[in-house]
Amino acid sequence: MSEIAAHPPAHHADARHQTSTGISNEKLAMWAFLGSECLLFGALISTYILYRHKAVSGPTPHSLYDIPFTSVSSFVLLMSSLSMALAVAAIQRGDERRLRVWLSTTALLGSIFIGGQIYEFTSFIRRGMTIRTNVTSGAFFVLTGFHGVHVTLGIIMLLSLVNLSIRGRIPQAKAEVIEIAGLYWHFVDIVWIIIFTVVYLIP
Amino acid sequence: MSDHTTTEAEETEEELAVEAALESRHGHPSDSVYVLIAVGLAALTAIEVGLYYLKASTATAMTLLALMALKFAIVVGFFMHLRFDSPVLRRVFVGGLTLAVTIYIIILLMFGILHF
Repeated sequence: MSEIAAHPPAHHADARHQTSTGISNEKLAMWAFLGSECLLFGALISTYILYRHKAVSGPTPHSLYDIPFTSVSSFVLLMSSLSMALAVAAIQRGDERRLRVWLSTTALLGSIFIGGQIYEFTSFIRRGMTIRTNVTSGAFFVLTGFHGVHVTLGIIMLLSLVNLSIRGRIPQAKAEVIEIAGLYWHFVDIVWIIIFTVVYLIP
Repeated sequence: MSDHTTTEAEETEEELAVEAALESRHGHPSDSVYVLIAVGLAALTAIEVGLYYLKASTATAMTLLALMALKFAIVVGFFMHLRFDSPVLRRVFVGGLTLAVTIYIIILLMFGILHF
């Protein structure tokens, strides 16, 4: 309670948005959403861990992984977090041109990651591992597929923000919009940090 | 008269919002620090990949999990600004995360995947 009092309401553009916590409702909602997403991805990761050694037929993901390739994909997604952080910093300084550059870079890096995932899935399917091959492959495709859908939605969101910025709809005063989009993007990155270690690297 | 008052109010609101945007940058890392953090994260990823090629053991797995937790904390703390933001946000996110980790550790213990 004392912490809430210690953080006075933020000077927001619209007085109607002032809150007792000093945090905008939108930002608080995004953090609450991300907290709930931890439960979703936690369930998917746990399911994979439960079934990783339960396959009775067909190839398993571990026998098909291309670690150097996935490492490069992980690096690309990690660097997209850097470009997103730079985009947030740019709009907070009021630099709309750099905002568009960094948002586009983030979307491009995210697209490269998704391209890599599509290539990996195609390669697995060609080598005889589909979502129906065994329980391990099913858990693997559902987990990584769900993550891929999240990245794809993030890319769509970033491109929409670039479009809005070009039309002059995201001035410095609306920097929080980019910050909230950034939170989502970084979350997608931290989920991959866990997937990369737990699913790919730990045998 | 009322139009003039509305415009003035809008201008004041925008000025406050710009001020808030600048204020929200206060205490955040500079661009060069972000780049250094990213280089550090890339180095940690390279170490992780290097560990993968070592002989698999419990120690290697534990090190990989520790590196994962470190990368997670760096991204959440610096890129997501949780280190600089209100403790309320920290509680909301850490609450969800703790709940998720606790529930799934219990489930993995129940299924005999994890052992004490």
